[in-house]
Amino acid sequence: MAIEQPFSHKHVLSLADLSPADIRLVLQTASSFKEISQRAIKKVPTLRGKTVINLFFEPSTRTRLSFEVAAKRMSADTFNISSSGSSTAKGETLIDTAKNLAAMNPDCIIIRHSRSGSARLLASHINASVINAGDGTHEHPSQGLLDLMTVQERKGRLDGLKVAIIGDITHSRVAHSDIIGFSKMGAEVHVSGPATLIPKGIEELGATVAPSVREAVADADVVMALRIQKERQQDPLFPSLREYATFFGISRAVADLAKPDALIMHPGPINRGVELDPQLADGPRSVILEQVTNGVAVRMALLYLIMGGD
Amino acid sequence: MGQALLLQNGRIIDPANGIDTQGDLLVAGGLVAGIFPGGAPAAQVAGAEVVDATGKWIVPGLIDMHVHLREPGDEHKETIATGTRAAAAGGFTAVACMPNTRPVNDSEAVTAFILAKAQEGSARVYPVGAISREMRGEALAPLGELRRAGVVAVTDDGRPVGNSQLMRRAMEYGANHELLVISHAEEMSLSENGVMNEGPLATRLGLRGIPHIAEEIMVYRDLALACYTGRPVHIAHVSTREAVDLIRRAKAQGCRVTAETAPHYFSLTEAAVDRYNTRAKMNPPLRTAADVAAIRQGLADGTLDAIATDHAPHSELEKEVEFDLAANGIVGLESSLPLGLVLVREGLITPARLVELMSTNPARILGVAGGTLSPGAAADVTVIDPEVRFVFSEADLASKSRNSPFLGWEMQGRAVLTLLAGRVTFRR
Repeated sequence: MAIEQPFSHKHVLSLADLSPADIRLVLQTASSFKEISQRAIKKVPTLRGKTVINLFFEPSTRTRLSFEVAAKRMSADTFNISSSGSSTAKGETLIDTAKNLAAMNPDCIIIRHSRSGSARLLASHINASVINAGDGTHEHPSQGLLDLMTVQERKGRLDGLKVAIIGDITHSRVAHSDIIGFSKMGAEVHVSGPATLIPKGIEELGATVAPSVREAVADADVVMALRIQKERQQDPLFPSLREYATFFGISRAVADLAKPDALIMHPGPINRGVELDPQLADGPRSVILEQVTNGVAVRMALLYLIMGGD
Repeated sequence: MGQALLLQNGRIIDPANGIDTQGDLLVAGGLVAGIFPGGAPAAQVAGAEVVDATGKWIVPGLIDMHVHLREPGDEHKETIATGTRAAAAGGFTAVACMPNTRPVNDSEAVTAFILAKAQEGSARVYPVGAISREMRGEALAPLGELRRAGVVAVTDDGRPVGNSQLMRRAMEYGANHELLVISHAEEMSLSENGVMNEGPLATRLGLRGIPHIAEEIMVYRDLALACYTGRPVHIAHVSTREAVDLIRRAKAQGCRVTAETAPHYFSLTEAAVDRYNTRAKMNPPLRTAADVAAIRQGLADGTLDAIATDHAPHSELEKEVEFDLAANGIVGLESSLPLGLVLVREGLITPARLVELMSTNPARILGVAGGTLSPGAAADVTVIDPEVRFVFSEADLASKSRNSPFLGWEMQGRAVLTLLAGRVTFRR
C-alpha cells in the first residue's frame, strides 16, 4: 500500500493531536482496508506477532468488539481485560495496572476509562502505543474518525459540509472528537441542545452554538443525535426525558429541515424515541450501521499506522 | 542564644518602621540589637560573627499565614518538622497552619499537640483552629477554648462554611475572644465535583469546571457579613478578578477586611493544567490571564494584603493518578519568595511592599509578633540574595512532598540565611 507520508504519532489519544494530513492518511488507509472485511477469508498477516490488549474499565460491547475484530483481521493477538475481572476492583491504581501490563511487553493498549485524561496518563507510564477508546468526557478519537469516514464516503468530501450535532454536548466524548475532527477537515459544525448541556467555550473546539435545534439542523448535510445518558438526570440539567424528546429529539419534522439527502447519524446505542425518531434511525438516510462497519476499518488503520507493518 | 551576629552592609528593609537603608544589623541575645545605617561602630560589634550582606536584603523574617503541615494524621505528606524546615529554606520564620488535619484542629488537645511538636521545629507555628466541629459546617467549635490554647484565627479552610448563619455567629462570637475568622470562599453547589477553572480548556479536556462565580458569590457573602457585623474577616487564597474588585469595594466602605493570594495565582494560568498536569490542580483552581492581571494589580494597590502559599503537600500516591482523582494543592514554601521577587523585578511592587506582603501584614492580620526589625524584637530575620539565578529543582524542596508546578523553572532571587530568634535555621 502506498503511503505518502509517515504517521508520526505513537499514540492516538485525541483528535486535537492530529493534523488534517494525519486524518486524511487514517481515512485513506481505512478505505483500503475496508475490502479485507468483505473477503471470504477476512484476515491479513500484517500485524502477526503483535500483542494488543483491550483494557476496558467501563462496560462496552460495540467499541471493544470493534477493536477486537480489527486487531484479529490484522492477525494481532488480542487480550481483553474488563473492569469486572480486573485488579482495579481490588484497589490497584491505573498506573499499577499499566506497569503490570507493560511487564508483559504488549505493542498496543486500547483503553476505555471513566476519567478524562486516563489514556494520556497510561501513555506516560508505558512504552506500548496507547489508543484512547473513550476517556471520561474528553474524547473518543476512533469514533470521530469513523464518523468522518462515513460522511466522506457518502458525500465524497468533508470540506464545506454543514454538520449538526444535537444533544448533550458537555458530557459526550463523541461530540468533542466529532467537533474537532469535522472542523479540522473544513466542515461547519453547529451544535444545539439544552443550554445546560452546552459547555462554556465549545466554540474554541470549532463549533457554532445554534440558538435552536431547528436552526442547527436547517440545511444540514449531516444530522447527528447524541445519546442522552439517563444517569445525567440526577443533576438538574433538564426536567424529564419526555420533555427532552419533545424539545430536543430529532423528529421527522425537524429532520425535514435538513437537506433532502442529509445523513442521519448516531454514535449508538440509541434511546429510540428519545433523541431520535425510530423511523429515522432505520430509514434510508440513516448511516448508523455503516458507522459500525467503518469502525472496524478505521481501527484496523489505526492499529496498522501506529504499530507499523514491519 | 549563641554568638552575636553582625549582618554587614546589606539593604535593610523594614516597612513597619519606614526603614529602607544600607547598613548593618546586629543580632545579640536572640534579639535585634540595633540597626546601623552606614555601618556599626567597631566597639559595639566586638566578638560578633560577621556575615557579609553586600548586595543582599535584610528583612524581617517572612511569615506565611496559610500552610498545611499535615500533622497530625497525614505524616506521609508532611510533618511539623519537615514543614517548618521547608519554611526556613524558603526564608520563613513563622507559619500559620490550617486545621484540616486528622483529627481536625477543633479542640485544645490538637492545638496543644501542634504547639508541642512545633517546639522542635525550624519556624514558629501559629495554629489556626476550625470554625465548626470537625469542619462539618454544623455546630461551632469551642472557639474560646481554642483561643486559650493558642490558635491565632479560625477557619474551615478546605471547605467553605455553607451555612451563612453559622458564619455570622462565628464572626460575632469571635469578638469575645478577639478571634479572626478566615474565609475559604466557595459556593459548593456551583463548584461541586469541579476539578479546574470552567472555560474552554476544561471543555477541551473534558474536565468538570469550577466557575469563578463560585468563589465570588461566597466572597461577597462573607464581606457582607463582615460589614454587617462590624467584625473582621480575612479572605483566603483570592484567585479571581471579581473577588479582587469586591474586596476593594468593601475596603472602600470601611469594612474590616483583609485578603491574601497565593504565588500560583499571580504566576500561573489555567493553561498549566493542559495535558492533565495534576501538579497544577488546586482549589480554588488556576484561572485566566485576566484574573492573574487583576491579582497582580490587587497586590500593587493594597487591595490584597498578603502573599500566602497555601502550601499543600501531597505524596505521589495522591498526585500520580487520574486528574479527577488527584488531590488539590501544591507545595509553596520554597518557591514563594522567588515568585514574589518577579513582581519586584517587573516594577509592579517595591521591595518594601513585598516585605509588607510577606511579613509585616501577615503579622498584623494575625496579631502575632514579628514582621519588623525593631530593636529589642526577637531576631527573626531573613537575608535575601535578589540576584542569584537558579533552576528550581527537587533539591530545593525541604518539604516531604514534591508536588510543585514550578520544578524546572528558571528563577532569580531567594533566601540565603534565615534566623529564628537569632538562631540560624537555614543557610545557603
